[in-house]
This record gives sequence, structure tokens and C-alpha cells, in this order.
Amino acid sequence: MSVDTREPEALPKPPSAKTPRDRRVGRTWRKALRRDWQLYSLALVPLLFFLVFRYLPMLGNVIAFRRFVPGGSLFGETWVGLRYVTIFLDDPTFWQVFGNTFVLGALTLLFCFPLPVVLALLLNEVRSRLFKRFVQTVSYLPHFLSLVIVAGMVLQLTSIEGTVNQVVEAFGGSPIAFMQGPQWFRTIYVSSEVWQTVGWGTILYLAALTTIDDQLYEAARIDGANRWRQTWHITLPGIRPTMVTLLILNTGTFMAIGFEKILLLYNPLTYPTADVISTYLFRVGLVSNNFSYAAAIGLFESAIGLALVLSANAISRRTVGTSLW
Amino acid sequence: MVTTDPAELAERMGKPAAARPTRVGDTRGYRVFRVVNVVLLLVVAAVTLYPFVNIVAQSFSDEQYIRTGRVNLVPRGFNLKTYGIIVSDPTFWNSYLNTVVYTVTATLISLVLTTTYAYVLSKHHLKGRGLLVGVAVFTMFFNGGLIPNYVLISELGMKNTLWAVVLPNAISVFNLLVMKAFFESLPKELEEAATVDGLNTYGVLLRIVLPLSKAVIATMVLFYAVANWNSWFSAFLYFDRADLFPVTVYLRNMVSGATTATSMGSTDSDVGQVNSNIKSVTMVLTVLPVVVIYPFIQRYFVSGVMLGAVKQ
Repeated sequence: MSVDTREPEALPKPPSAKTPRDRRVGRTWRKALRRDWQLYSLALVPLLFFLVFRYLPMLGNVIAFRRFVPGGSLFGETWVGLRYVTIFLDDPTFWQVFGNTFVLGALTLLFCFPLPVVLALLLNEVRSRLFKRFVQTVSYLPHFLSLVIVAGMVLQLTSIEGTVNQVVEAFGGSPIAFMQGPQWFRTIYVSSEVWQTVGWGTILYLAALTTIDDQLYEAARIDGANRWRQTWHITLPGIRPTMVTLLILNTGTFMAIGFEKILLLYNPLTYPTADVISTYLFRVGLVSNNFSYAAAIGLFESAIGLALVLSANAISRRTVGTSLW
Repeated sequence: MVTTDPAELAERMGKPAAARPTRVGDTRGYRVFRVVNVVLLLVVAAVTLYPFVNIVAQSFSDEQYIRTGRVNLVPRGFNLKTYGIIVSDPTFWNSYLNTVVYTVTATLISLVLTTTYAYVLSKHHLKGRGLLVGVAVFTMFFNGGLIPNYVLISELGMKNTLWAVVLPNAISVFNLLVMKAFFESLPKELEEAATVDGLNTYGVLLRIVLPLSKAVIATMVLFYAVANWNSWFSAFLYFDRADLFPVTVYLRNMVSGATTATSMGSTDSDVGQVNSNIKSVTMVLTVLPVVVIYPFIQRYFVSGVMLGAVKQ
């Protein structure tokens, strides 16, 4: 079954242009089915999964343009055109959460993308194998925690009697109610993201670092390059493809930023900075039951996300020659 | 360059990268840097560990010391009272049991679906393979979104059933690609020989491929199990009945229930202001299984991530 026999038809195109193309296609498909039907049968249930739980919801987005009655059809009742789109375009709250999404996404990217590179470079200079292992093991740990736990820790640490406020008091400040106002949310959110992701983010960089040819360093040393110059001219270019790939992936998730974590951390007092598109549409849709309106916002968000990945990919292909596909 | 043996990958991870050995010619500046570097990394490790130490300390402390902000690294007013209360709380154990049931079921289903599809995708001669890969990969970059998913699950009548937390995320495309990369790296000759000996596709997969794939299967089990153990949102979204909640939702209602009750729109299931001591105990008990097995499973995760990066 797994024997790799290429179909002979695929190689030399028969000159008989008269044969209808679809009949030929039909025949190769029939042949493939006869030969590989057992393989195809294995793919059936997973395909069904993708169709029902991934593609059906995509189609379900038509309710953004239709009136939807809870309990009625999955695809809504009657067409209303762009009504819900114009509603959210005129909704000042929408533009506020749009701005918040952008700011939080940009801040997260700004800190969570470069810091793993820095940590990987620092780990790379460690000579004691045991110490390096220890730091790696510890720094990966937060990756394995439930967001509920992370949120719980953040709320405990930033509470009035929490450790952060004790540090503030130790430096002569007065305790701050971090979660009772909008001004601290971004700092807290981004810090917790860094805490959670920085260690795990080093894995691919550390792997890329091991593949850099040692002779390059040798040559650089002979040319008189010091450690810093070696890092700048050899190490960083060596891990550049990894950096670009991860940058594209991070950009793609830019809009879907931290939905679950924000949902766990925010409260009405922090909405002015904490409320993002996904949390807003969660409240509009599932708390206030405006399904169509929320679906319109969600569709908009997904479209921006897709556009971001595609453009990041295109830009990196043109400029540095690395791309995802 | 890419190996698929997790043990070997893990081995490589731990190695001093690119083997840059100690040299006599280090400048003074570099020697200073190395000391600073070690200090810096120790600070990173300490900052990472601190929140854990803090909740453990609070879990053993008396509430009055926590409320006055005096519990940081070590417990004050050491006692096991709260552990006693939580451990004898049937609601807690019920949600813990729920978590175990959901995790085991979801992991089994995910494993079967991921393995079969990855095996199919690893067969390069298969007609239509590109399309099958595309169907999966596209969903990494575009998804239906929260509302249509919610509507779908409701219409399928899955609310308040096990299936709502088990099925919608049954296949992780990342894990799928990890497994596919692994299967592609297996030597073709073995499968060809088995085919010649009269095994059909199912036989080859069950008797030849799977026994060779123990390491990657272990990795998949861990990836899925940890993700399911930690997940809370599906359960929060699709379950109205408290007796169905996994421990993460039980904890959420305790931890952020008081502050976010209005924002989440749920009031009945939210406990009021729960004291920090109880929260800490619940957090410690929830996180315990993960932290205890973590040192042993870490290398599988690392190798899984590396395997996934091969083709992406």
C-alpha cells in the first residue's frame, strides 16, 4: 500500500489532445482510489472533524449578514446585508476595543518576540551544562500552567496585600490598587505574558544555535573579532530564519491576542485599556445575545488576522527570502 | 541535520550550544560578562519561580497574615486547616474527577484522529494529499470564530455534554504536523516489506508503524493531556451545571469570580469574595500533578516542538 509507485500517466503527457481532460482526471482518481482506498478510509473521520468543527463555523459566519434567531437555523433567517457591519463601524466602543487590541498586541510583540532571543543568547554563553539545564527547566515551567492558574497568581501578586505592593512600600511608595483602574493593565498583562512565554520561546533559537558552523567563529576570531562581534556577525545571522518564521507566526496571532487571559484578568474598572475585540464580542454575543452583531465583529477580526499573516509572509519573502510557504 | 529521536534531540538541547569551549584568550570584559550573565540568569530563574513559592507559602499560612501582606516566601502561622477543608470538599473532588475524565477521553480521541490523519498525510504518493494537508493547515490561520462555534455546539445539542469539551478541539494542527514529520522520517523499506508479506494498510499502521512510534506517541499524549488538563474556556462556555465543571472552572469561579462576575455575565456560579488562603490551596492542588510530572516530561515536549519546526 505504501509502495511509492508514481502513476505512469503523470510523467509523460500523452500527445492525444483530443481526449477530454476530465475523463483522464476521472480515470486517475479511480485508479488512486482503487489502490489507496484503505488510506483514504483512514482520513474520513479526521476530515469529518475538520468539516464539522472548523469549516462549518466558517460558513456559519454568514449570520453576520443575516438575522439570527437563537434556536433557529445555524445560518440565520433573512438577509440584512451590511447592517451589522455598519452598526459596529459606528459603535464608539468598537473603536476603543480595536485600539486596545492594537496597543496590547503591539506591546506583546515588542516584548515577547525579542526577549526569547536575548535569553537564548545568554544561555548560549553559559559553560556549565548543569546550570544551563537548571535555568532552562525552570524557565519552561510557566508554559505548562493553566491560564486560570496564571491569572490567579497575577491577581494574588498584584492585590493590595500582594508581593508587588510590598515591594512598592519597601521603596517608600503607598500601595496601588493595580486592578481597580485602567492605567496598570497593559503593564501587568505584558509582564505576565513575558513570564509565561520567554523561556519556552528559547527552544527553537537554542536549536538553531547548535547548527551554526563552529568554523565561522574560528575564522572570525582569527580576523580579530571579539565575542560581541562574533555574536553580531555570526550568531544573529545564523538564527535569522528562525526569527523571521516566529515573527510571522506571532504577527498572525496579533489580533487574537490573549482572549482567555484577558477574560480572566479584566473587570469593568479596567475595560478602558483591557477590553479587546475578542472580549468585547464575547460580551456582545454571549452575554447580551446579539449573535449576528458579534459574528460580524468576529469575522472582521479573523479577516484582519489572515491579512496580517499573508502580508507578513509576503514582506519577509521579498526582503529576507524566508517565508512560511 | 534534523533527528527525530527525542532522546537525542533532548541530549542536543542540553549540550553547550555549538560547543564553544573555555579558551585561555578570553578578554577581561568577557570574563566580567560571564559573571553578570550567571547573575542575570539566576534572577530570571528566581522571578520565574517566585509566584509558585508565593502561592505555596500562602496555602500553608493563616489568612490574617496574608491579609496584612506578610506572606511572601515562607508561610506565616503555618497550618494545614485549609488543605483539610478543600480535600474534604466533595465539590472539589467532583470537579477534579471531571477533569480526569475529560482529559482521558479527549486525549484518547485526539490521539486516534491525529495519528490516522498524520499517517495518511505522510504518504507522499497519495493523490489529493496536497488538498488534505491544505484542509488542515488553512485552519491554523483562519477560523470560524467564537460565535459560529458556539451556535454550532448549541445546535448539535452538545451543551452540557462531555462532547462539547472533547470534540471541538480534537485535532491540533500543530500536533498533526509534528506526527506527520515523524512518520515521514520512518524508513520506507519496513512498510514495503510488510506489504509484500501481505499486511494491508491497517495492519502496517498497527503492527509496523505504531510500535516504531512510541516516542512520538508519548509526546502527543503529553501535549494533548496537558492542554486538556489546563483548558477551562470550553467548559466555562458550554456547561451551565456546576456538577460538570472541571477543576479549572471551579478555580476560575473562585479566583476571578469576585472581580469579573459582571463582566462574564455569570452570577449564579460565582462564589463571592473567597479568601486568598483558600484560593492558594486550590491553585496548589490543581497545579500539583503538572508540576510533579513536569521534570520527567519536559524533554518530550522539547523534542515535539523541534519536530514540529522541521516542516514549518
